[in-house]
Amino acid sequence: MDFTFNDDQVALRDSMSRFLMTEAAPEVLRSIWDTDAGRSPELRAKLAQQGLTAMSVPEAHGGLGLGDIDWALMTQELGYYAIPDSLADTAYVSATLLCSLGHAHPLATQWLPRIAQGSARVALGHPINPWVPDAQSADLVLWAQPVADGLELHALPPEAIAVTPMASIDASRRLAAVQAQCSAATLALSGPAAQALWDEAVDRAAVCAAGQLVGLAQRMLDLSVDYVAHRKQFGKPIGSFQAVKHHLADVATRIEFARPVLYQAALSLSRGAAHSPAQRAAFVSHAKLVCGEAAWTASRKGIQVHGAMGYTWEVDLQMFMKRAWALDSAWGDRAFHKYRLAGALLPDDTMLGPTAAMPQ
Amino acid sequence: MDLQFTPQQQALRAEAREWLRANTPREALTSYDTREGFEQHRAWEAKLAQGGWSSVTWPKDLGGRGADLIEWLIFEEEYAAANAPMRVNQNGILLLGPTMMEFGTPEQKARFLPRMARCEDMWAQGWSEPNAGSDMAAISSRAVRDGDDYVINGQKTWSTRALFANWLFGLFRTDPQSSRHHGLSYMLVPLDAKGITIRPIKALNGKQAFAEVFFDDVRVNAANRVGEDGQGWNVAMATAGFERGLLLRSPARYQRTAQRLIQLYRDNQAQADRDPSIRDAVIKSWMDAQAYNLASYHTVCRLAKGARVGAEASTNKIFWSELDLHMHETAMRILGPRAELRDAADVHDWLEGFLFAHAGPIYAGTNEIQRNIIGERMLGLPK
Repeated sequence: MDFTFNDDQVALRDSMSRFLMTEAAPEVLRSIWDTDAGRSPELRAKLAQQGLTAMSVPEAHGGLGLGDIDWALMTQELGYYAIPDSLADTAYVSATLLCSLGHAHPLATQWLPRIAQGSARVALGHPINPWVPDAQSADLVLWAQPVADGLELHALPPEAIAVTPMASIDASRRLAAVQAQCSAATLALSGPAAQALWDEAVDRAAVCAAGQLVGLAQRMLDLSVDYVAHRKQFGKPIGSFQAVKHHLADVATRIEFARPVLYQAALSLSRGAAHSPAQRAAFVSHAKLVCGEAAWTASRKGIQVHGAMGYTWEVDLQMFMKRAWALDSAWGDRAFHKYRLAGALLPDDTMLGPTAAMPQ
Repeated sequence: MDLQFTPQQQALRAEAREWLRANTPREALTSYDTREGFEQHRAWEAKLAQGGWSSVTWPKDLGGRGADLIEWLIFEEEYAAANAPMRVNQNGILLLGPTMMEFGTPEQKARFLPRMARCEDMWAQGWSEPNAGSDMAAISSRAVRDGDDYVINGQKTWSTRALFANWLFGLFRTDPQSSRHHGLSYMLVPLDAKGITIRPIKALNGKQAFAEVFFDDVRVNAANRVGEDGQGWNVAMATAGFERGLLLRSPARYQRTAQRLIQLYRDNQAQADRDPSIRDAVIKSWMDAQAYNLASYHTVCRLAKGARVGAEASTNKIFWSELDLHMHETAMRILGPRAELRDAADVHDWLEGFLFAHAGPIYAGTNEIQRNIIGERMLGLPK
């Protein structure tokens, strides 16, 4: 029993955090908004140099061979700095999906080394999301195609998709409606194996979003603490007033009790976890829900304690609020996750009570 | 990172499960807020002590098992799963016990700890006063040194089950010139001493759940002071705040309540589903109970690796007390018109729990005080 991170995991997180603090500062984010692509090849190249894009790629394909537990810390950093890039879709969710095909699979051998180097952008198209982030700039779209007996996996090159950009309230999200031309040539996997692969990918992507959400919550809390400690009214910092203090204490409490739930979900996804996909789905939905709630609480309380400044374009809080609002329904909105959790809890006692099994 | 129990931990779980299966009372005990019920609980906890289960985190030579906090969580899980009774001796074992182990003299430890472990002494607390509630440093009850004794005058209040206990521990002002948290001493007072009057206070459930304690020239020997004269505040605060908070509120009991709530929902689903928000509230109960459990494991594992837990422990108090209230409110909503039937078999426990849940956000430092602590000490906001 050691429900904590080891020193290597913490060190990797800390180094990434230090890097993003300067490379993904709010003014950098704003300047990237103003570009047409909304993406910075320079930033992505720097992130690749830091090893971020190689995390989930096996060592045999030039990567670091890390996994879900490591990402549970890293996704929080991606959220904390609200990087203008759906990088984890490529480096975490897609890379892991490609690994599941088998390390010798042609898609794995073709794409994993490029992902590790940071030279490929992979987007994910799944019916759970109406739009596909970064489809416009993707070198490859991993596409879940509904058929009679479930979902197939198709590997679509840019020429096999037609994209219609959809503007998001978060200027850093580049969404598109995608029309896919699936064919025998693009089919990578079908049948129950394809369905199981997509089920796991949805869970992983939901945990990826959950990690970012709790990171966003922490950033909004930090920004708010900083603001109320400096802003003075009635001759005192407004942070000395209990009404303000208590708003932020509530945010801190939400975050404290969201993180361990995120870690349980990551553990349930990690290799060799000994429990059913239904239990994994429940742990994942739990995490997505509480991390989303933490982020929305942080945003609601954050804008309140910023006063009118919080409603301006100028104050940085907006970048993090908007990302939080958007990610809350990415990879399953609350209705999806609540429905799924209820389905796991209500029929029988498997997951109930003080001695219910935890992911191992 | 893992959540895997070691063979040793699993063995402890199996041993606890077996003992509880064989010994847990089949019938529910009478409420411990009555004299009769208190004695039933004391007898049960004495039996628990004989089995070596009343104070698992205590050292072995004092009647405990020297268990670490993970083992303690495991025991609590089995205890809650067995539907074993709520415990009346926990104030002594979890609050006074560790303080005495850290600050007590060898004589005090020998005199009090074994009797405490065996439920021969039952301890009440003496912190709050009529004018010292959330502002505990405003304590004005005085203990004036007179030869080998202290002479105590003043009043304590909200002392849980003081009517049935035989000892009290708490803070008294021993330096009359002092103010705030200076000049206080941590005293042990026998409740049968001359000059003590105990006046019960009826709680929301109509029972004598707590009491006022009046001190009128009560003489207590200086050997009953824990720690140095004037250092009472530090003595009271020193024993790891997080551990105290956690030990008093193990996650298992909330997981058990969430489980019971889901069963209640299943049993009354047609009625409950007329309000679609009830199902959501039921699911939230499980989510928060599970989150509290995971947060506890996360923290005890961090402690085991040498981490320090600071003001973030205050988030615990807020979380479990609001969770407890939420679960019992949800139960009331499911029960609908039956919820007011005090003696109905399916209602009684929920209703008692509902009343008691309202005390949670108030006692042991109100949730407003906890939010101040989080704001000032965890987030660094100005006073």
